[in-house]
Amino acid sequence: MSKMTRRAVLAVSLAASVGFSASAMAEDTIKVGILATLQGAFTVLGEDSMRGAKLALQEHNMMAGGKKLEIVTGSSDASPDSAVNAARKLVEQDKVDILVGPLSGDEGIAVKNYAKTQPQVTFINGTSAAQDTTLRDPAPNFFRFTTDGAQWQAGLGEYAFGTKGYKKVITIAEDYSFPYTQVFGFMLGFCKSGGHVVNKFWVPIGNKDFSSIVASIPDDIDAIYVALGGADAVNFLNQYEQAGGDKPMIGGSITVDQTVLGSKGKQQEYIIGTPSAGPIADNWDNAAWKKFVADYKAAFSDGFPSPSLFAQGYYVETLAMLTALDQVKGDLSDGQKAFRDALTNLKLDTPTGPVTLDKNRNGIAYNFLTEVAKGDDGNLYNKVVKVVENVNQTLGLPEDQFMALGPVGRDNPSCP
Amino acid sequence: MTMTTTGPAAKPALPSWMKPIRPQHVLTALFLIAYPLVASPFWTVQIGAQALFLGVIALSLMFLAGYGGMVSLSQMTVAGVAGYMVAVFGTNATHPLFNWPLWAAVPAAVVIATAFAVLVGIISVRTSGIYTIMITLAIGVAAFYFAQQNYAIFNGHSGFAGLPSPVGFGLNWRDPMPFYYMSLAVAAVSYFAVLYVSRSTFGVGLQAIRDNARRMNALGFNVNLHRVVAHGFAGLIASVGGLLYVWMNGRISPGTIEVGPVIDILVIAVIGGLRHPIGPFVGAVLFVLMENFAIDLISPERFNTLIGLIFLVIVLVSPDGLLGLWRLVSDRVRAGGMANGGAGRQWRKDWRKGQ
Repeated sequence: MSKMTRRAVLAVSLAASVGFSASAMAEDTIKVGILATLQGAFTVLGEDSMRGAKLALQEHNMMAGGKKLEIVTGSSDASPDSAVNAARKLVEQDKVDILVGPLSGDEGIAVKNYAKTQPQVTFINGTSAAQDTTLRDPAPNFFRFTTDGAQWQAGLGEYAFGTKGYKKVITIAEDYSFPYTQVFGFMLGFCKSGGHVVNKFWVPIGNKDFSSIVASIPDDIDAIYVALGGADAVNFLNQYEQAGGDKPMIGGSITVDQTVLGSKGKQQEYIIGTPSAGPIADNWDNAAWKKFVADYKAAFSDGFPSPSLFAQGYYVETLAMLTALDQVKGDLSDGQKAFRDALTNLKLDTPTGPVTLDKNRNGIAYNFLTEVAKGDDGNLYNKVVKVVENVNQTLGLPEDQFMALGPVGRDNPSCP
Repeated sequence: MTMTTTGPAAKPALPSWMKPIRPQHVLTALFLIAYPLVASPFWTVQIGAQALFLGVIALSLMFLAGYGGMVSLSQMTVAGVAGYMVAVFGTNATHPLFNWPLWAAVPAAVVIATAFAVLVGIISVRTSGIYTIMITLAIGVAAFYFAQQNYAIFNGHSGFAGLPSPVGFGLNWRDPMPFYYMSLAVAAVSYFAVLYVSRSTFGVGLQAIRDNARRMNALGFNVNLHRVVAHGFAGLIASVGGLLYVWMNGRISPGTIEVGPVIDILVIAVIGGLRHPIGPFVGAVLFVLMENFAIDLISPERFNTLIGLIFLVIVLVSPDGLLGLWRLVSDRVRAGGMANGGAGRQWRKDWRKGQ
């Protein structure tokens, strides 16, 4: 064998080992992609979201509509680029029929835009809660059975002003679409009641050093509205507590989630009594919710003390997919028309109350007004103050009036 | 335009530029050209085209590091500047500013990004070694935070979405095949440009400066000017790579130029090998494959560990990345396998001496 041939053989064998995988798909399996943040700042949240999806699938024995489900997992790092890359791989390479995800706000908007280029696949949101994922320029094949970040704050502004008596607050939130939406939802009720938001601080995701913000918090405010997630919230609370901060807190939906409640440290005492609102409440006295929590605990010994809203969100979305597939007996023919009709008209009973979709395929669901309390076992939990039923995306306002408020952003709304 | 041939064309023998062409070069070229005809759209774009343009961006780092001895971590930032500028000047769905047509926005983007690279060069050429790495990393991080917190131009965290794909000659150049061939053309031109420049007077001067800057200074060469020009040339390559990057995604946001992607470019160049312009492309292929498929090989919670381990092993086994590994393997094959591993070892000794 000449040198050249040997080299050529080497080159060809290397190229072949790279390989082209052509997945032969059996008629009786449905391929489902699940996309979550399994890397980056939101890894812990992404792992819990996977638990929610797994729980729903296990309860259905990995079957739906008489067909076997094949699950492919995709991972992003909360950046839109990575979410679209992962979605592209699931859709174009793994050829999934249905994609569940993503987890984070801007990811949702990017995946929605990608969904428009892939009409043959049905996209079901994960927990991404940016408003414009469905409110403006929606994709016909993108469904969201959870609610958006503004819906998650329904009732909180009124409660903070009326019951808690906070007149002047500042906000601290991460600088992207989901916290914009949360602040919007909080301020809609708070400003209408007569409250003032004197300043808004926006920090990058993954911010470690909050000292400059802690130092510039004015003295004459009544409370701090904090919409930070995961490690960011823990970091802020630690630093605020160390600097001697004593203003009470109002929490966004993921600020006083299990991630923060379950973390260790002195801020534990400080956050007791913090009002907050979101799509779940740990101790809601409801049989379906209690069963869900018990199942979650039984299935995942390494999970949180109680499922986070990410586990709940992915559970609800996966459940919606499974229920609709059962209804149409796994029929995905004709561009998944029957399946999508079933999704659109679904009246889904979830652990957090009934869910239906509006005309933009966005969820109308219960929202929970809560306050942090300490349980008998020493663990902190969110005590239910009020259940707001059937919260829609326009928060009860007529649609034209709500649209006139304009898209959410750093400066909208404003009531200094 | 008329084509003028350089050099004597009348000779019957092969022109000199064709002499180094070997069968494997022809095979590689044929494979690259035929690739999208057999590959699925996913393999054409997300693996093929992405490896090509990431390779182009890493190639600009290879040029600076391999020939100039300057490890610049801001090459992804330069690419990002080009991407941002095409979004700022051109049309986009989220934050329209100028709405220039693409034929105006693209040259503007490339010129600004190249100017930015020259600026980075001017700032960093007076440093060397670890300090160059630090100062260029600092520039990259500063650019990331600036883009993230500037709303007037860069539109903050959301950045720009809905960038139009380039259209022309009746084609949408973001469709899988045209996009692949556009990336391949850019990669080929960049590759041969780097090869050509490395053998030009300027390139040889640059390599001499890498080896002994003081002597070159004493001989009357303008050391800093050579280095700044190298940054400009590398910046031009990186900025074209950056254009392909944003066209593939149709969007750009600070996440595109944060520390992760900045380091990715270094990883690609190093695992590929810094000794030859083909290295970054080899590295990019492995990198893109790992990014996409590691999650299928191992549990979703652990795939980043696998990626890290593989890159670590490559760098540990072969100080010159995959190119070095290739050399080791092919030396053994040539030597008949059993008889010796000496050729590879000898080559590694040479390489160490070369440093």
